[in-house]
Amino acid sequence: MASVEQKRTAKAIVVAIVLLAAAAAVVIVSLNTGTIRLSTEAIWRTLLGGGTADEKLILFEYRLPRIVVTVLAGIGLGISGAVLQGVSRNSLADPGILGIHAGAALGLIVYVSFFRNMEGPAALLIPLFTFAGGILIAVLIFMLAFDRFKGLIPIRLLLVGIAVEAGVSAFTLFLSLRLDEDTYAFAARWLAGSVWGREWVNVLALLPWIALFVPLIYMRSRSLDLFALGDETAMGVGSPVGRSRLLLTIFAVALACASVSMAGGIGFIGLIAPHIARRLAGPQHRHFLPIAGLIGLVILVVADTVGRSLFQPNAIPAGVVVAAIGGPYFLYLLLQSKPNSRRNR
Amino acid sequence: MKINHARITGLWFAAAAVVLLLSIGVAVSFGAKAFSLAVVWGSVFAYDPELTAHQIMHEYRLPRVLGAAVTGMAFAAAGALMQGVTRNPLADTGILGVNAGAAFVVALCFAFLPGISYWELILMSFAGAAISTLLIVLLGTATQGGLHSIRLTIAGAVIAAILHSFSSGIAIYYELSQDLAFWYAGGVAGVKWEHLKLLAPIVLIVIAGASAMGRSISFLSLGDETAASLGVHTKTVKVLGMTAAVMLAGSSVAVAGSIGFVGLVVPHIARRIVGVDYRMLIPFSALLGGTLLIWADYASRMVNPPREFAIGAMVALVGVPFFLYLARQERREL
Repeated sequence: MASVEQKRTAKAIVVAIVLLAAAAAVVIVSLNTGTIRLSTEAIWRTLLGGGTADEKLILFEYRLPRIVVTVLAGIGLGISGAVLQGVSRNSLADPGILGIHAGAALGLIVYVSFFRNMEGPAALLIPLFTFAGGILIAVLIFMLAFDRFKGLIPIRLLLVGIAVEAGVSAFTLFLSLRLDEDTYAFAARWLAGSVWGREWVNVLALLPWIALFVPLIYMRSRSLDLFALGDETAMGVGSPVGRSRLLLTIFAVALACASVSMAGGIGFIGLIAPHIARRLAGPQHRHFLPIAGLIGLVILVVADTVGRSLFQPNAIPAGVVVAAIGGPYFLYLLLQSKPNSRRNR
Repeated sequence: MKINHARITGLWFAAAAVVLLLSIGVAVSFGAKAFSLAVVWGSVFAYDPELTAHQIMHEYRLPRVLGAAVTGMAFAAAGALMQGVTRNPLADTGILGVNAGAAFVVALCFAFLPGISYWELILMSFAGAAISTLLIVLLGTATQGGLHSIRLTIAGAVIAAILHSFSSGIAIYYELSQDLAFWYAGGVAGVKWEHLKLLAPIVLIVIAGASAMGRSISFLSLGDETAASLGVHTKTVKVLGMTAAVMLAGSSVAVAGSIGFVGLVVPHIARRIVGVDYRMLIPFSALLGGTLLIWADYASRMVNPPREFAIGAMVALVGVPFFLYLARQERREL
């Protein structure tokens, strides 16, 4: 038994190292892409303190903040998706598909209508507003998808999520139109999933959320494993199911909302990353949660870089690139899953 | 009893037609600038190109209101057809991704074939709608539960999401002249007379043809075996019904973008009023759909004049709660 455990841990560590290397590589490539090309040497030189004033400006003021935002948001979305899949025992759950992103967008627009601008120190408050919006929508969805006799029905959760997402997005666009033209354009772009956080203040706004909730979730990875066994079994081994589930759901919504508040409404990462992670690192959450975060990171940085570089001089939103890969994967998973196999799927 | 029933249905039809005409009248008269009835009347029957009021009326207001009416008829009838053929009460060309397929191809045409004639655009839009429909039908045959499963509804919604995201990507990348919201949720502000001249005949003829098929579609709702034993060629009816829905949705998307939820909400209301006979249901849905979109368009230009709100988002504000209500009723697969 111990040897299986050790093997799994060893495998997860190897995978994590490989992924870290891959992440470092994509970040370097991403730093290197843009209208003005910098050589790899110049990047290293600048990072280590040398470099010309121009190089410093480009790297530290333009590229680096955006990439750090992308990195953090990728981690947040990947882990958030893994937790949502765990607590709802639904392998198709994703914060974007479930409509949580739409709730975050609503929060964002409410924020804009209060503060009238998205720059400066007030930006630190944005995640709070998106979190409030996300929680509101999460509560709404869970209430609508909850059946008094059957509990939370996976397929209905998806259907309700998709519908709520459409309705809330429409409402958000409606509110943003009442504000002014720029906000309207911003909201429309945001909904398409364009990374807009490009300054250090955006990094500062996002970082505490990731730094707080990722460890909190990781500490509860044992509860996530127990959910997979079914509620009765989990209760049987002494896990406070209701409370854990509530807390984990709140954490996952917080991660997702903070991430999209700085990166735009990017769907499907929370869906794909955990699936790949589970294949690579096995079913135990304490192995695959970190891997899911790293995979989310790699996917989002690659998508943003591809969106920025392949289609110069304009950029297409990272969300579009992710949807191109993630959407078909979702359909594949949907067709794989068997209807009515067991109640607690 | 039977005659009485027919007479009531006839009265409902007359009432719906009157409401549609009245709505057109109100919607052309009021707007960012209100006109008296005399001006409206004059601009239609005694058009004087020298008068600014007549010009506004003739060039902008009339085509857009009529455009809303015609596309509303098309989307509602297409929704009724989809619901009948797939036996899925949550079916709608918007939700199942048919509109999104058409809108994607239209966005491609705007980006790569800017000089394309309007007639060709409609054909391309058909092609887009047909391809996404084919995709959905193929997915339906690959899924357990077939076309009327909730699983298919979700698959369609995800296809729609993917295609939407591509369309908005193309729109952002090529900086297409249309507002981003057009690709997101449609709009009838740009409708011109030359659009209407092509669109109206197609829509009216297809709706008439589909209504004539109504009897067979009603039998389909009893289940394939029963319908077959009643002498319905189920395959032919399904293919024809789908084709009609694709033509209606495709031609409307080319003009007004993708407007969802009309085809979902309207047939359900119509069913409450005229019953489940598709010979009545399809034309009645069309009348209600036209009225709904006229008012949605009216609301979308009145909430914050002179700027416009996406008409599809306006419909979604009403349509989504309705969809949730239906989804809650729907317990077949749950």
